Amino acid sequence: MATITTSDVRLHTLPPAAGRAGLRGALASEFTKLRSVRSTYWALGALLIVSIGVGALVMGGESGSLTHNPGNKAGFDGTQVSLIPFFEIGQLIIGVLGALTITSEYSTGMIRTSLTAMPRRGVVYAAKAIVFTCVTLVFSLITSFVAFFVGQAMVASTGVGASLFGTVKIPANAIFNGPGSPGSPPKVTLQGIDVISASTVLRAVVGTALFVTLVALIAFSLGAIIRHTAGAIATVIGLMFIIPVVIQTLPDNWRWDITRFFPDAAGRVISVTVPGGGDPHLWSSWPQMIVTACYAVGLLAIGAYMFRKRDA
Amino acid sequence: MIEVRGLTKRYGAKTAVDDLTFSIEPGKVTGFLGPNGAGKTTTMRCILGLDYPGEGTVAVDGKSYPDLAYPMREVGALLDAKAVHGGRSARNHLLCLAQTNSLPKRRVAEVLELVGLTEVAGKRSKGFSLGMSQRLGIAGTLLGDPKVLMFDEPVNGLDPEGILWIRNLMRALAAEGRTVFVSSHLMSEMEHTADHLIVIGRGKLIADCTMSEFIAGSSGASVRVRTPSAEEFVRAITAQGGTAVTDEDGSIEVRGMTTEQLGDLAFSEGIRLHELTTVRASLEEAFMELTASSVEYRADVPGAQQPSTTIGSGV
Repeated sequence: MATITTSDVRLHTLPPAAGRAGLRGALASEFTKLRSVRSTYWALGALLIVSIGVGALVMGGESGSLTHNPGNKAGFDGTQVSLIPFFEIGQLIIGVLGALTITSEYSTGMIRTSLTAMPRRGVVYAAKAIVFTCVTLVFSLITSFVAFFVGQAMVASTGVGASLFGTVKIPANAIFNGPGSPGSPPKVTLQGIDVISASTVLRAVVGTALFVTLVALIAFSLGAIIRHTAGAIATVIGLMFIIPVVIQTLPDNWRWDITRFFPDAAGRVISVTVPGGGDPHLWSSWPQMIVTACYAVGLLAIGAYMFRKRDA
Repeated sequence: MIEVRGLTKRYGAKTAVDDLTFSIEPGKVTGFLGPNGAGKTTTMRCILGLDYPGEGTVAVDGKSYPDLAYPMREVGALLDAKAVHGGRSARNHLLCLAQTNSLPKRRVAEVLELVGLTEVAGKRSKGFSLGMSQRLGIAGTLLGDPKVLMFDEPVNGLDPEGILWIRNLMRALAAEGRTVFVSSHLMSEMEHTADHLIVIGRGKLIADCTMSEFIAGSSGASVRVRTPSAEEFVRAITAQGGTAVTDEDGSIEVRGMTTEQLGDLAFSEGIRLHELTTVRASLEEAFMELTASSVEYRADVPGAQQPSTTIGSGV
């Protein structure tokens, strides 16, 4: 099989190949797929701009509020506030990319071409998941660190900004002593000290990036299960945003028992750095992250099963 | 060599392919023929492992498709030219396919050159015409220099130039000793390309034979005669043992006699002839005859005529 002489062009003979097509080729292919469509750049660009930009705006507002009302300094969690846009909006943006990574193959019909080229579906699915997870993790970490540093720069003058390089002490409580003279802040007495170590801040910054990556994997898996872009994204929104709101409407003693079993809870714990700043009805950071990870791994496995089992 | 044994595929209650058995020999073009909805695409999807057969087996060179070491080096298949991500450039589309089978990167440029898409290699395939998409799809099938090529309705919607290009390509590929398996619902298309035919209808095998067997097996030749003395001539023909049917337009369709015999007969009877033509049953007619009972979706138009012989001969 050397020449195809339908035109003046001749194809060169292919070098013989040993072994068999496997994960290595599939990884290269999936990376090419991800980097060769615009939606990837839109999503990652939006992730960076929204998380860092909105984070800076929020922290700019906080800076003003901390200056005008020093009472707000008590228990101020600069790390968490700077990361809120990232883990609230950013998780949704990266979730859209996660769903699209799989659903766009079905909506365009590309899946049939992909699986004809590489019919071992487990390999294709694993390659997709690995490439997407790596890209997401890298961009989430970059976003998280940049959002943190930009955010802290915005509140640097207030003295309660968080640091990754040393321990920061902030006032624990503020006692209100009545309004100040017109045009000046209310009179407050700041009491107690909360000590925030650099390692706690690092856990929050890295952990939030991990949380967003897990949410992206949940979206990816739902994409594999549902196979429709809109359906998968709607389900992610339902799971991460609607269900938590619905739970809020339940009687307290019920919701206190169940909120910790939902995947969104980790986001509200992992980003907390101030002692006692979290939700007392949730587990601590890492156990709560394991809950989210269980959703991701479970859905990833269901997605793998369905990706292999169903007709393409 | 593709072997299909007892292939059955159901979608819900509907049986798309029903106990289909055939094999495809290397070095020739095998036409896969059947009306729309006959199960051609389903059969091809099962061969490629895209759909899982309900029953039966499918093997390419003795192995199931997913077990091939480098599938693209064995089989190049194009089921749907539009089954690409339109946002990806032609070059990147081919690159991501080539990478799965560890094919060299320069191969992408070569196949693009071969199908004449080099100039638009960097363009997103969203804007491609059907003809260009078809060429891109074919470029993909040739990436791995495969021994077996499969095309599903490759000329559908193409202009005459594109059809000619694909027809020549398929012939050239078969001439190089490759197995070419191509489906169509147009008999007239196969007439020019296929050596062997597999005809299915409603998921069942109707015929598996060479092209010449297929033609010979059809109802055969007749002779059309036009004459001012039709009644007299019909009597003479009947007397000679031929069968003659007078058509609406006054011409006579004769079976069982050759043009020579009819010409001599007319001469001896002193009958003037205005026309004496051999009418060979076209492949299209033979195909229609064979599949008439297995057309899945038939439009019953009141007053509609029997399909004329020109149906489907758009080439």
